[in-house]
Amino acid sequence: MSTVLRLERITKSFGSVTANDHVTLELKEGEILALLGENGAGKTTLMNILFGHYAADEGTVKVFGKSLPSGRPRAAIRAGVGMVHQHFTLAGNLSVLDNVMLGSEPLFRVRSRRAEGRARLLALSERFGLSVDPDARVSGLSVGERQRVEILKALYRDARILILDEPTAVLARPEALRLFDTLQSMTRQGLSIIFISHKLNEVMAAANRIAVLRGGRKVAERTNAETSPEELAELMVGSRVTRPKREAHAIGAPRLVAEDVTVHLDSKPSLKGVSFTAHAGEILGIIGVSGNGQVALGSLLSGVAAPETGRLTLEGREIGGLGPRALVAEGVGRIPEDRHAEGIVGELPVWENGVLERLATPRFSSHGFVRRGAARSHAAGLIKRFDVRGATPEMRIRLLSGGNIQKLILGRVLAVAPKVIIANQPTRGLDEGAIAAVHAELLRAREAGAATILISEDLEEAVGLSDRLQAIVGGRLSQPVAAGEADSRRLGLMMAGVWEEPGNAD
Amino acid sequence: MRIERRARVPWSLAVSAPFAAIAAALALSAVLILAAGVNPLLAYVEMLRGALGSRLAVTEMLTRAVPLVLTGLAVAVAFRARLWNIGGEGQFYLGALAVAWVGHDLISGLPPAAGIAVLTFVGMMAGALLLSGPAYLRLRFGVDEVVTTLLMNFVVILFVGLMIEGPLRDPLAFGWPQSVPVDGAYHLPDLIPNTRLHIGLLIALAAAGIVWLIVARTVFGTEARAAGFNARAAEFAGVSLPRTIIGVALLSGGLAGLAGGIEVMGVTRGVTTTMSPGFGYAGIVVAMLAALHPAGVVAAAVFVATIFVGADAMSRATGVPSFIADVIVALALLTMLVALLFSTYRIRR
Repeated sequence: MSTVLRLERITKSFGSVTANDHVTLELKEGEILALLGENGAGKTTLMNILFGHYAADEGTVKVFGKSLPSGRPRAAIRAGVGMVHQHFTLAGNLSVLDNVMLGSEPLFRVRSRRAEGRARLLALSERFGLSVDPDARVSGLSVGERQRVEILKALYRDARILILDEPTAVLARPEALRLFDTLQSMTRQGLSIIFISHKLNEVMAAANRIAVLRGGRKVAERTNAETSPEELAELMVGSRVTRPKREAHAIGAPRLVAEDVTVHLDSKPSLKGVSFTAHAGEILGIIGVSGNGQVALGSLLSGVAAPETGRLTLEGREIGGLGPRALVAEGVGRIPEDRHAEGIVGELPVWENGVLERLATPRFSSHGFVRRGAARSHAAGLIKRFDVRGATPEMRIRLLSGGNIQKLILGRVLAVAPKVIIANQPTRGLDEGAIAAVHAELLRAREAGAATILISEDLEEAVGLSDRLQAIVGGRLSQPVAAGEADSRRLGLMMAGVWEEPGNAD
Repeated sequence: MRIERRARVPWSLAVSAPFAAIAAALALSAVLILAAGVNPLLAYVEMLRGALGSRLAVTEMLTRAVPLVLTGLAVAVAFRARLWNIGGEGQFYLGALAVAWVGHDLISGLPPAAGIAVLTFVGMMAGALLLSGPAYLRLRFGVDEVVTTLLMNFVVILFVGLMIEGPLRDPLAFGWPQSVPVDGAYHLPDLIPNTRLHIGLLIALAAAGIVWLIVARTVFGTEARAAGFNARAAEFAGVSLPRTIIGVALLSGGLAGLAGGIEVMGVTRGVTTTMSPGFGYAGIVVAMLAALHPAGVVAAAVFVATIFVGADAMSRATGVPSFIADVIVALALLTMLVALLFSTYRIRR
């Protein structure tokens, strides 16, 4: 196999931070190379240098033997490099065909060659098994479909080398598997692929070769056959990180009880007669494939949506439809699903984010005026106690990494010893170190007697943390099973919607 | 080359940005003054003299600054919460008309201080109600308030025209289209005798202080900012969007309506359709030059008033049309937007 791409001793610093430190990387024709590393290890920076978004301080990029000029994405495209960004760069109001052709035509031409473009797009989608409707509007497509459009966009520009930045971060498991199939078939047709990931099992499933980055350096390179997830985890983190384990302990009285609750979101029934009971000192895991009602469940338990019918009670008091402030006052701590969109206001400083949901309480305001001193010292306390790295109370929270933002949100929730915790996808997108920290905090809250509802698409996490599990399918909840009795076959059936109806279990 | 956001805007840069913008606007306007055949330096000296060269000039300039401070605050309050109130002009006129109507003979016989207090409130209410309409439409139906508030300006000015030709026409104005005047008892007292400067200046300064307190120190101000930057997260944290947006609309519209009311009570006595040389629109420039900071609004209003008042004197002395004032103020908005870009972002190679 010939080498199609060679990065030679790439170095790049941002201020005092060295994002890439003499990284050398080679890609062979027809292989899938995984770039593995924690958040902030320098993966995305390296690929942005390859693609010309950044200019390297040192080092060279060679594609098919020729040096690429630095800082020129157009040159990279012309040399046959295509990039699929983590956050898609599609225009939602245009059709798939328009998006694919956009920028590939000269600016000044009387007629656009749409017929040719369409034929070419259809041929590509046929050849690589990436089915899309060329006339569909992008805004109406699912995330998986959008990703296909992004890939087709790169292929349309004759990409021979495809870079995918965290391609599975936004995909549900079946979609991810399908993507890997597609990537395999692409390599059989001579394409070479680099994909960036911090998920070990994916890397093991999809890549031929794995390069591990840590702190901006390449620390190891392994072929798929000669390594294991355990070794990769250790290489990636530097030392062995183990997720904390749940200890058996006695479970208390029922705390949060839902009885036959129905919720409508956008006037569609999204939760249909769900019932559950979360006890003090218990973590109740809600597992399932995304899009099965998790959003509605999260909204209900966060106080953003009100139940249409049924009862939601906390220690016997009705709390359905109370609204976020009242729920927080009742002792419900909420970790939102999308920490950037729902959890924080990025433009506001850390201290204001730290108290936003309790701003109206006497502790943080009096007579309508914010008690700035109290709020600031509260934030400083959260930063210290929950190890929010790089944060000061005054700084805009947007500047923190995802893991540190999550630690702050977690701190905001846990600082007041909540009776109930709603943890919605609490570790999505976090690296191993941050995941372990979040898990440890949730388990500590469990020890302290909180009732936790853990909504997670990460099965390993849900099984590891939860005392009991329920599956959410099509807006309905299965009967609970104890974590001890949950083998993967049974969980698989539950997530597929196969379970015994009430009366038998529980 | 790429543009990236600064982690934090240095204090010095934030303060120097408006000055750089003003300098750039003056330099660009100099080209036009040159084209009119006049030495720009001479023109600007005349302008300064016209606005600041004598006691009378200064009081005239400050008289002009009063409504600008209030409309500037109206815009700053709204823009901070990302409520794009472009309707300051309409709110100004409706506030003015309401004060003339109520103040003419509906509340005769009150002690002057009480009457002035009532009329101040009436002006605020008129502006506040006018903006609450577009705010409600945005909340309920997602109607873009830029369009509704902007278009309401024309509707209101035509309505004012209708009223001062009809029911509120001043019969003693010799056919001049002007509304009935405010009762003499409720004219704002002069701040300095024998000038037009009235105690509205103190009201405007007090308003700036109060607005600063509200936006920077209260729960409401913090929630309004949160709702403006990220409505979903604010809602998740329990901020009521309807309450916040309507609250901001009432405050912003109220300030612009107050500007109109005070101008009627303090300067014009009656309402005409030409009483505002664009105070509502200039409020946008004032607020932007101030980077939406209430204290900055006072300074920016003084600058804009200086240009407006000085331009007339400059025109008389040099023959350059006084429309150059509009050019300078408009250019200052554009250069300020560029300056804001460069102070919040940096260029990297």
